[in-house]
Amino acid sequence: MLLIFALLTIGTTFQVASAVDAEQTTTIAARSAAIDEGREIFLKGCSSCHGLNAESGGIAPSLIGVGAASVDFQVGTGRMPMGDMSVQAMRKTPLYNPEEVYALAMYVASLAPGPEIPTEEMLNYERDGSTAEGGELFRTNCAMCHNFAGQGGALTQGKYAPTIMGVEPVHIYEALITGPQSMPVFSDKTITPEEKLSMIKWIKAAEAEPQLGGAALGRVGPVTEGLLVWTLGIGLLIGVAVWLAAKAR
Amino acid sequence: MTARERIAGNVAGYVDDRTGAAKWMKKNLTKVFPDHWSFLLGEICLYSFVILLLSGTFLTFWFDPSMREVIYEGSYEPLKGLEMSAAYASTLDISFEVRGGLLMRQIHHWAALIFMVGIVVHLMRVYFTGAFRKPREFNWIIGVGLLTLGIVEGFLGYSLPDDLLSGTGIRIAEAIIQALPVVGSYLAFFAFGGAFPGVAFIPRIYTVHVLLLPAIFLALITVHLMLVWYQKHTQFPGPGRTEKNVVGYPLMPVYMAKAGGFFFIVFGVTAFLGAVASINPIWLYGPYTPGQVSAGSQPDWYMGWLDGLVRMAPPIETVTFGYTISWNILIPGLILPGIMFTALALYPFIESWANGDKREHHLLDRPRNAPTRTAIGAMALTFTLVTLLNGGNDIIATTFDLTINQMMWFSRIGVIVLPPLAYVITKRLCLSLQRADRDLVLHGRETGRLVRMPSGEFVEIHEPISAEKAWLLTSHEQLAPLELPEHDGGGVRRPGAIKNKIRNRISRSMATAVPKATQTERQELEGHH
Amino acid sequence: MSNEIELIKDPGLPAHVHRRADTDPKAAARAERQVATLFILSALGTVLLVYSYLFVDEDIFFFIPVLGDTNAHQLGLGMGMAIALFCIGAGLIHWAKTLMPDEEVIAQRHEFKSEDEDREDFVKTVKAGAAAAGLGRRPLIKRTLGAALGLSAISPVLLLGDLGPLPGNQLKTTSWKKGTRLVTDPGDRPLRPEDLEVGAVAQTLPAIAPGEHRSLNDIGKDAVLLIRLRPEEFNLDAERLSWTYEGIIAFSKICSHMGCAVALYEQQTKHLLCPCHQSTFDVTRAAKVIFGPSARPLPQLPITIDTEGYLVAQAPFNEPVGPSFWERSK
Repeated sequence: MLLIFALLTIGTTFQVASAVDAEQTTTIAARSAAIDEGREIFLKGCSSCHGLNAESGGIAPSLIGVGAASVDFQVGTGRMPMGDMSVQAMRKTPLYNPEEVYALAMYVASLAPGPEIPTEEMLNYERDGSTAEGGELFRTNCAMCHNFAGQGGALTQGKYAPTIMGVEPVHIYEALITGPQSMPVFSDKTITPEEKLSMIKWIKAAEAEPQLGGAALGRVGPVTEGLLVWTLGIGLLIGVAVWLAAKAR
Repeated sequence: MTARERIAGNVAGYVDDRTGAAKWMKKNLTKVFPDHWSFLLGEICLYSFVILLLSGTFLTFWFDPSMREVIYEGSYEPLKGLEMSAAYASTLDISFEVRGGLLMRQIHHWAALIFMVGIVVHLMRVYFTGAFRKPREFNWIIGVGLLTLGIVEGFLGYSLPDDLLSGTGIRIAEAIIQALPVVGSYLAFFAFGGAFPGVAFIPRIYTVHVLLLPAIFLALITVHLMLVWYQKHTQFPGPGRTEKNVVGYPLMPVYMAKAGGFFFIVFGVTAFLGAVASINPIWLYGPYTPGQVSAGSQPDWYMGWLDGLVRMAPPIETVTFGYTISWNILIPGLILPGIMFTALALYPFIESWANGDKREHHLLDRPRNAPTRTAIGAMALTFTLVTLLNGGNDIIATTFDLTINQMMWFSRIGVIVLPPLAYVITKRLCLSLQRADRDLVLHGRETGRLVRMPSGEFVEIHEPISAEKAWLLTSHEQLAPLELPEHDGGGVRRPGAIKNKIRNRISRSMATAVPKATQTERQELEGHH
Repeated sequence: MSNEIELIKDPGLPAHVHRRADTDPKAAARAERQVATLFILSALGTVLLVYSYLFVDEDIFFFIPVLGDTNAHQLGLGMGMAIALFCIGAGLIHWAKTLMPDEEVIAQRHEFKSEDEDREDFVKTVKAGAAAAGLGRRPLIKRTLGAALGLSAISPVLLLGDLGPLPGNQLKTTSWKKGTRLVTDPGDRPLRPEDLEVGAVAQTLPAIAPGEHRSLNDIGKDAVLLIRLRPEEFNLDAERLSWTYEGIIAFSKICSHMGCAVALYEQQTKHLLCPCHQSTFDVTRAAKVIFGPSARPLPQLPITIDTEGYLVAQAPFNEPVGPSFWERSK
């Protein structure tokens, strides 16, 4: 009885261990394949600006050390490849599908250590974040560029901080840790990962918030409010005034 | 006599026994008011003021004008547990805990914006038709006073909730006070009860906003209306209308119904805006702290031109003998607006000095018949528009793919170059319109029908205009320019010769006109046909 | 033929044109029904208002084109009120236009100027009154009255004296002293240089003792922005360079123009932008103003590390922070 039990235990353990090993070997193999695929895509679609080895071809900055997170953000939001040589890369429909984005990210990450793509466990903002605290953090660190409701704002020389509405939480997180284009880096010691999740929770709450007082007029403040009174407001009133003073038939 | 008539008669008698009201009621109930839609613009202001009083009183029942720190425990989740002033927290409560509170807040704020829009369009109507001329100069000055006070009252009003956006505005206001030479820091500390932001400012501006300024408004508006009542409203020129009469409808019942009805219209439109359009969503701005600011921070529209002026100011500051004068704040923030409002207030006197016209005027000018005045008005509007646009330069830049740097330079140059351009274009436009009027009177209306004469010539048939229209187009006065001689009869040089020279020049420019058509010319032409 | 130019004459008020309701009783009845309909609509608006106030839950949202997800309670209250008011107004105006008499009435203007006789009498009365008061003959009364009134005007002004303290040194000092730690805002965590990467920013405030509370007044002067660049990117003189630490530079966050928070950092250009009036500061040159209305750079806080490796201030700011004032350079 004892013997059978011992055999079964040892056998199962060996089974599991070899299975795990097999999993790890599969993951390593998968990664390696991704890096290869990434290099292919990179050479075709990115090297003309970023250099054959991502060391920069003089046109675009070096990608060595930017980490998988930067690539996932830039390519995943469609900013890269940059469509036209304007002052800033715009968010647009991504050129590459998620597998290709992952491959590119793995390739660039393999060049030198850098910020990694946050895992789903790291992005559980519903559980780990606090909306109210996130709002305070947002207003202190983000509102001066992105506006109080994340609608975006102007920078100098035609650059702009884009709207944060409709952005995936993973991309928000990656932007915070990689500091894309004009945006500064928000290191984990200055804004902790929990605080970052609070900010994301607040952003998502603001995004989902229905119109509490009526049409939001863009959530940019008094400019559009003034525009409305000078068009609809006074227009209606003058219209009624003209009707009032006109002779009836 | 019916029962109702008897009761009414008794009531009227009761009141009249004590006040003698019957005589002046009778006179005033039949008072005649001329009817034109543009005469209702001032009423927009008046009714908005009433709406502000009503909605504002509602708000005071819940608003707590205190800057003491509280922890928010209300129903708006994204702010729960945060530290904020009682003023901000009570505004959140009005918005989310009081039924109809958010609606009343929005009606109050929209009414304030409409009040200011009304003042500006009313001012434009009065200015471009010359209604400010004698005997209405004092009413004009009161009006300019109402405009200035309205700007202040509005600023104080939207600063009461102590939110991030309006708090930023207060910070800027404090910087203007602080920048005043010699007394700046003292005045700032007096106003704020110490350093910025302190705890005294909101309670103090509350008193100004709900007590002092409304009282002053009430007094000024009453005098404003009494003058209109007593001096009788002006009227547009036309058949049957002279300087010595008023053509229109009696107060009772027509004017009471129409004006009373318009009050409900204004209130209804304001309530409509309050129902469907969000304004001042303070819960999104967050409570004020000096360490935070939002991109795209602007004051309400009636202060946008001030913001625009400050943004485009060159960075000039001087330090003499260790004392700092911030010209980059004082010029756009105080000196230029001071000059502009003073010139605006004194305009009736400036104009009558320039053209020597000291008579009473009760008939309005068609703007084309006063080309210089109209052109100056266009100049002022252009200046205001450029500065207003610059106040929103960051939002305009992101919306229209421009840069704030381009907007700034456009504004700096445009504010100097565009107004004179507007003057020239407007004056020429007015003279062209005068010419068109003259042609209309002399040659009639072009009908577009062509007739071939036996000689082979094609002519367009012109229809003579009606006698009423002809009168409308030629009833205006065309003043001759002043020609004050430099030397008097004895050959002695007059004192103030340079002033008179300037006056002559200006009056000559003001007298530029296309001579109006006369009956004599018409008859001559008719003789030719 | 006379040489005088004849002007076009005033043909007088045009003949009155009757409205349909004036002559056709059916049109009049129709107008009356229209007015009544408007008043009834108004009543319905009030019903909507009352119903929304009492019975509509405040949590219901529904979608309307253009407006988006709208709150039903709010919309019901507002539209009820708007309809109620607007339709009363429209009804009154329509009534006046179609049914009330619309024949134009002429009234005469009276001259404002009083009769010459009245003016003379007025002048006489004032003169007599002034003579009776005797101010002209009694200069002592006049002068002492003037002095009394003038002096009495001082009291209300003086009584406002406690509106605020004298500024003293308050505009010139902040809480930063030698050795004050920089802590995160919010969070109050002290920072080490390695906590910031190149291209990173941190919002900071001076550390406070446990249990102490920071007031908004303090934040309004003490807020500091930390930025990390590569040391070779600086373009500073030796003294200002010594105020940095391993590429980390600290500036007052309170704009030197009018006091807004300047924290908008453009990582690639190394410029700080103030969103209020677009003053732009070059971080590599100690926040020198390169665009916009600000006349002075942002004050730089000298920083270093303490024995435990945390970032601290070397000394207070060398100049007052925030907007300018008269005695700033004294």
